[in-house]
Formats: sequence, structure tokens, C-alpha cells
Amino acid sequence: MIDVLDTIERWRGEGQRVAVATVVGVENSAPRDPGAVLAVSERGAVAGSVSGGCVESAVYEEAQDAIATGRPRLVSYGISDADAISVGLTCGGTIHVFVERLDW
Amino acid sequence: MTLFERLAEALHADRPVALVTRIDGPQAGAKLLVFDDDVYGDLGTPLLNVAAAGEARALLAVGETATRTFGEDGEPVGVEVRLFIAAYAPKPVMYVFGAIDFSRAMARIGKYLGYHVTVVDARPVFATKQRIPDADEVVVAWPDEFLEKAPVDARTALIVLTHDVKFDIPLLRVALRTEAGYIGAMGSRRTHANRIEELRAAGVADADLARISAPIGLDIGARTPEETAISIAAEIIALREQRRGGRLSEGTFPVHNARTPALP
Repeated sequence: MIDVLDTIERWRGEGQRVAVATVVGVENSAPRDPGAVLAVSERGAVAGSVSGGCVESAVYEEAQDAIATGRPRLVSYGISDADAISVGLTCGGTIHVFVERLDW
Repeated sequence: MTLFERLAEALHADRPVALVTRIDGPQAGAKLLVFDDDVYGDLGTPLLNVAAAGEARALLAVGETATRTFGEDGEPVGVEVRLFIAAYAPKPVMYVFGAIDFSRAMARIGKYLGYHVTVVDARPVFATKQRIPDADEVVVAWPDEFLEKAPVDARTALIVLTHDVKFDIPLLRVALRTEAGYIGAMGSRRTHANRIEELRAAGVADADLARISAPIGLDIGARTPEETAISIAAEIIALREQRRGGRLSEGTFPVHNARTPALP
């Protein structure tokens, strides 16, 4: 969160709505630890990351949907998750990401 | 003031804070912001807030972020509520002893890695902010006397670049009484053999002597201050993760150590 804090504050200062995606769990070998954050602005700008780049585009879609609907969601990515095989982590781990609109 | 504004204020001030979030169920997204002496927000029930705040403070103490499950009213054996607890502990501390060229590079990479860096040297001419611009603090003091009073925990890195027996020996004796996670001392193998001899004569046990990383750094053939700083920084990370260093391309073990267990 700390690495994207200034950017989020700037977006909010501009009156933009913001979604944050946070790594809340990892299994096996994953590139980012729990607590890593990717933030997305209403206009589609991105700051931070939740993986080494493997699942960012999928998380980005979830974040944009969260901004639009306000609905939080817990999503998982990795080779052990058959539904998410197309965006599986190159390093073979699994990550669980909580995506929410920042309206708190 | 929103929860986010309170969180941002604490993070900017490097004040310990934990953010607790319900991550599933109809109340997903509910939040509790936990300080040492205060909480803001609501996870659902007052008893759940109390239980979550207790767990958040325990995680803050060790600087660990984790997922925990509780019952609706915070029962520790419950599984109805899944909470993600992000603990933002203050920055770990790096003390660099000796204000030489190597210290300037070390302060820079220490900052880059997220340390609060303090450089200590007994010589006022050398211990200046102009010479070590990246350090958070530059202190004129005798290294051993400084370390006697300085806060040290298991995340602390002590980098001894004084390179002079009259500073090194008293300083290392104090350093070995702390729980610092990394104690490195610059100097050749011969210099370190002399230090070991003196420390032994002063009654330091062999098990304690083994805590000193000397000659300092990983074996990457570093020459310049910047290269040496990278080699020391890499050693700090490798020791923390209990790795040997070396090339990943020549190994078959997992690239990352296992961290927090999978979500329950």
C-alpha cells in the first residue's frame, strides 16, 4: 500500500473513484507477498502490482468492474485454479486477491 | 476523516497501524483500522472488533501480514469470518558505522530497501549530511556508546565499516549483545582473524562470533563502494531468507521461500 499511497491520494484529490486489489494469500512460489497492492483509477490508470505481471490484466478488469458496481470480490489465480488457467502465474504459484472500490 | 485518510496519515508518519478487512461473505469489505491505543471502523460485531484488534496488534508487533478466521462474535475457533490483516510496522532500522565512501553507497541502498538509515562516526569532519546525503540521520558519536542506547530488534541491520580495531572491537561486543538480524563487519580475512582473536580474549563465545558476517557481503567480486553495497544488501536479504546466495540458474529449489500458508 505504501508504494501506491501518493498516487491514490492524488487520484482521490482529483475526484476520481479508485479500486484497490490486495494480495491476501499466496501458495507455493509467488512473486509478491500478502499486502502487495495494485490500484486502478476511474480513468483507467494503474499503480503498483500484485504479481510479476502475469495476472495484472485480469485483476485490472476486476478492478474496473469494482469501480463501476461497488461490489467487492475475492479472486484467485494460479495453475491450481482451473478456471483461471489462462492467466496462470508463470512461476507456478497461486495468489488470492481481494478487489474493492476504495469508498472507505 | 475517512478510514483511508487516517491510514494514509499514519503511513506518512511511519506510525504503526494495521488495516483489517473482511474478505468474503455479505459483509466483505468491512474494515477496522487498528492503532496501538485506538480503533476505527466496524467489522460487524463489537466482539469481533475486539478479537480482530487483538490479533492485529500481535501481528504489528512482529511486522507480519496474514489472514485469520474467527466466529461471527470473534470466537477464535470460529470459521465464519475471514479477515485479512495488513500490518504496517515502522521501517526496519539500519545503522552504518563509519562515515566513509562505502557508507554513502550503503545508506543509499539501505533507503532503497526500505530501511531507516542512521550513519554513525566519531569524527565530526566526516559525519556530515553533505557526505552522506541519503542517510535519514548522521550522528557524531562513538559507535559503541551510540549502539548501547539505540533501539535494536530482530529486523535491524548493523553494518560495521569503521575498519579500525579501536572502534570495531568495542562496537562488535555491544552488537553481539543485541538481537540484530544482521551484523556485518568490513575488513580482510586477516583483519577479521585479528578481530576474532581480540573478541575471544575479551570473553566473547564462539557461537556469538559466528553471528558476524565478515568479510562482509556476498561473493560477487564487488570492487567499488556501490558494488560492495549491493553485495552487502544481497547478504542481508539472503540471511533473512536463510539462503546461501548463488545463481538461481544453477539450482533446482523454489525461487521464493514459502510465506504465509494458503487461505484456510
